[in-house]
Parts: sequence; C-alpha cells; structure tokens
Amino acid sequence: MARSESAQVPVSAYVPSSVSAVPAATVTSRHSALVRVTHWITAVCFIALLVSGMEIVISHPRFYWGETGNVLTTPLFQIPIPSSRHLVQTGYGYVLPDQNGWSRYLHFQAAWLAVLTGLLYAVFGFVTGHFRKNLLPDRADLSWRGFWTSIASHLRFERPSEAEAWSYNVLQRISYLFVLFVLFPLIIWTGLAMSPAFVSAFPASVTLLGGQQSARTIHFFVSLALVLFLLVHVLMVCVAGFRSRMRAMITGRMITGQITRPAGTRRERT
Amino acid sequence: MTDLSRRKLIVTGLAATAGVSSLGVAAHLAQKYGLVPPDHGGIYGLGETLTYASQRLLTKHSLAREFPRSKISKPPLANEIAPPSDAFKHLQAGGFADWRLSVDGLVDRPASLSLAQLKSYPSRSQITMVQCEEGWSYIAEWIGVPLSHVLDVVGVQRQARYVVYFSIEPDWWESMDMVDALHPQTFLTYGMNGDELPVGNGGPLRMRVPRQLGYKSVKFLTHMTVTDSLKKFGKGLGSAAPEAGYAWYAGI
Repeated sequence: MARSESAQVPVSAYVPSSVSAVPAATVTSRHSALVRVTHWITAVCFIALLVSGMEIVISHPRFYWGETGNVLTTPLFQIPIPSSRHLVQTGYGYVLPDQNGWSRYLHFQAAWLAVLTGLLYAVFGFVTGHFRKNLLPDRADLSWRGFWTSIASHLRFERPSEAEAWSYNVLQRISYLFVLFVLFPLIIWTGLAMSPAFVSAFPASVTLLGGQQSARTIHFFVSLALVLFLLVHVLMVCVAGFRSRMRAMITGRMITGQITRPAGTRRERT
Repeated sequence: MTDLSRRKLIVTGLAATAGVSSLGVAAHLAQKYGLVPPDHGGIYGLGETLTYASQRLLTKHSLAREFPRSKISKPPLANEIAPPSDAFKHLQAGGFADWRLSVDGLVDRPASLSLAQLKSYPSRSQITMVQCEEGWSYIAEWIGVPLSHVLDVVGVQRQARYVVYFSIEPDWWESMDMVDALHPQTFLTYGMNGDELPVGNGGPLRMRVPRQLGYKSVKFLTHMTVTDSLKKFGKGLGSAAPEAGYAWYAGI
C-alpha cells in the first residue's frame, strides 16, 4: 500500500496553494483506489440511510428531550408532515402507508456496510498517513487570514487553483475531518443509544446523551448536518469542475493543465 | 510492472480465498452458536444476521435499564389496538376468570395455567421502558412472574431453542431465543404501576421482553410453545413480524 501511495501522488500535492509546480496537461493519479471505493460505498449507504431514515421519522414525526416521549407528552418540536400512523395527530386527516418494515431492515443493513467500510478507511487512513498528509491542514494555512481568503474565494464561487486539483484546501480539510471524526462517530453513537439491547450492555452510552429520546433527537440533527454537508459537497464539486472531479473520484486520474484554463475560453476536454 | 501486477494478482487471489473461506467458517460457527436469526434469507439477511449475532455476543446476560419510581410515565400510554375479537370479549365479560395460558411443545409437563395460578408464583416487578419501533417510548412498572420460572415449572427439555408465544387475537404471535426466554427480566406480566394490567396495555396477560422493541411484547397472551425449530410455524420466518415485513429480532 505504502509503495503505490508514494508512487501516485508527487510531493507537489502537499505544497501550499501559492506554489504552482505542476506541469501542463499531465495525467496523474489523484485518489487511491481505496479512497475511491470507500467513497462510493459510503455515498450509496448514505442515500439508503437517508431515505429509510426519513420513512422511519414519518411514523412518528415528533421529537422529545430526555428519556421518554410519546403522543401524551409535550414534544420539543414536531415536523409538520403527515404520519404513517393513526396514533400521531398531524391535522392532515389522512395516514400515509406504513413503510417501517423494509426501512428498518435497509437502515441497519446500510449502517453495517457503512460502518465496516468506515473502519477499513480509518485503518487505511492512519496506516498510510492519508489523514496526516491529505486531510490535516498545513500549519501555514491555519491563520485567520488564510481562513478568510479561503472563505471569500468559496463565497465568490471561484474556480479553484491548479494546486487544489491535487490537494484539498484548508476549509475542505477541516470539513472532511469534522464529518469523519465528529459527525460520523456521533451518528453511530446516537443510533446505538436508541437500541434497547445495546444500552442494556452499555447504559452510559444513552445516559451520557441525556436519555433515549435525546439520543433520537441528536441523531436527527446530526443527520441534518450530514445532509447539509452533502449538498455543499456536491455544489463545490460542480463549482470546481464536475467532470474532472467526478473522473478523479471514479477513475482516480486527474488531468491537470486544463483545470485552470479561464472559464468561458474553452470547454474542458474530457 | 508485470512483476508487480503478478504479485498483486497473487496477493489479491489469496486474500479473496481467505476471505471467502473465513466467511464460510463464520457462517458455520454462527449457525452452531445460535447467532443466525430465522429471517436471515433475502436481501437484508446479512445485516439482520450481523445485528442479531453481534447483539447476542454483547448482550447475553446484560440487564435492561431500570428506572426510579419517579420516572414512571404519567399517564401511561396505551397504544392503539384493533377492536378485540369475540373470544376476547367473552373472556372479558367473565372478568378473565376463564383466561388460560397453555404451555406445550418440548416440555415435560404441558400445562394450562389460570391467571390465579400465575399470580401464585413468585411475583417480581421492574420499572423499564417500552420503546416502539416508531420512535416513541414510555416507562412503567411491570408486575408478573419471570418466564424462566414458568419454564421451570413445566420442565423445558434440553433441545429447546425457542419459545413461540401467541395472542388470543388472530395473526399475532412472536418468538424469542432461550437467551431472552431465560433472561431474568422477561416476564409474563399481569400487573402495571401497582395495579391490574389494563386491557389497553395488554391485560390480562402480556409478555414483556424489555431488551427488545415493543412489538416483541405481545398482548393478550394465551399460548406458548417451546420448540427446537421455527420452521414449522407460519411461513418459517420466526414470527408474524417478518411476515409483515418487520425484523424478527428487535434489539435495535
């Protein structure tokens, strides 16, 4: 693994964005096979978890804080949608079809696949230095000035510089690390904290969160944060060049030398 | 380059072979130690098996969380139930004096137990949470006799692997493995919050399996069978839940 990793990405991938040492129109490896495979498995799992999760929420679109919550207790908030159960008074006067059976099956199947894929990726990331080299921000970039420059260029939807085709900018690195090491662990934890069997073996997993209904509510908000990440992620891929970024994440190859061509002068050759 | 490819090919081949054979060994061991749920077929079978197997290994002897009396939900929620059948209404009219729980299958002394007999056994109570798969929950005190005590009374045979239990209402039946059946918090429940068990909460007799979701806690219990195989019940998927598209194991 270490051999192929070092052969794929030249040293220039890790230099700050001000340095431009990339020769024109060269085909280079951008993402290792393991990163690409785990990325797409995670993407498929996430969509499955999102769809099945929404179906499960529809059966009781009320959220609570603490240990217990039901139609007789005051909710923290209620999503104004119809429900798939008669029990919930939604004011809509009709009840959606029950989809919880397959949704729950699919939710846990996709969760298993996502967690096992994530473990593989985590081991790979630590062993090969992928996290340290590609995701940990450079010390030089960790200044308010650096942040501000990056935020400003994102807000102007600027096409990224050539060096960024090789590497991740500082905001990207921080968001990816946040998703990988904060949101993903939190969504797994809050999910398990809703399992009566799991918490029987590890009661602290739910009491630390403030109770079973609190775990469910946090699970919901973390999933919203992940959806927000997905939307921004896809938007940024489009801004950076949908075809080149998709090609890099599918085939692993990045054709540089054309990325920085000013927009409008010529369409990117694919 | 060709050397590298060949080496890669050999390594990949060896890894794949090792992977497939270890999967085979794992499947064999899982079957042997009762880690495969009855609804393991179909596209969701792998996820179900992983969930059931891992939770069985983790939670074999763990106790469901119990709560202080102050945490009991007031008023207790009675989930909506279909209008009771004529058979139920007939017994209800008689104050449930003729209610019977029959126990048969792989037992030495099949029995038909009245509520009075069940109440004559050592009574236990627990303050535990009912969690519905929909997302809501409530806490109540449940009073009853541990299922393990009744299983001792009827004399469970060695080859027993599951307890199948039926409601008086049609098409309402579930089953659990012996780990849950012999678990100290699995109750045949006849009381709630210091009183009789209300009909809305499953009275006069309800199974309580607090380490699983509410739908395993079948209401209006009239019949139990101890068995070594779930194949001969219904469609062979273990209970009515998988026949309606829900997982047999409801620990999550």
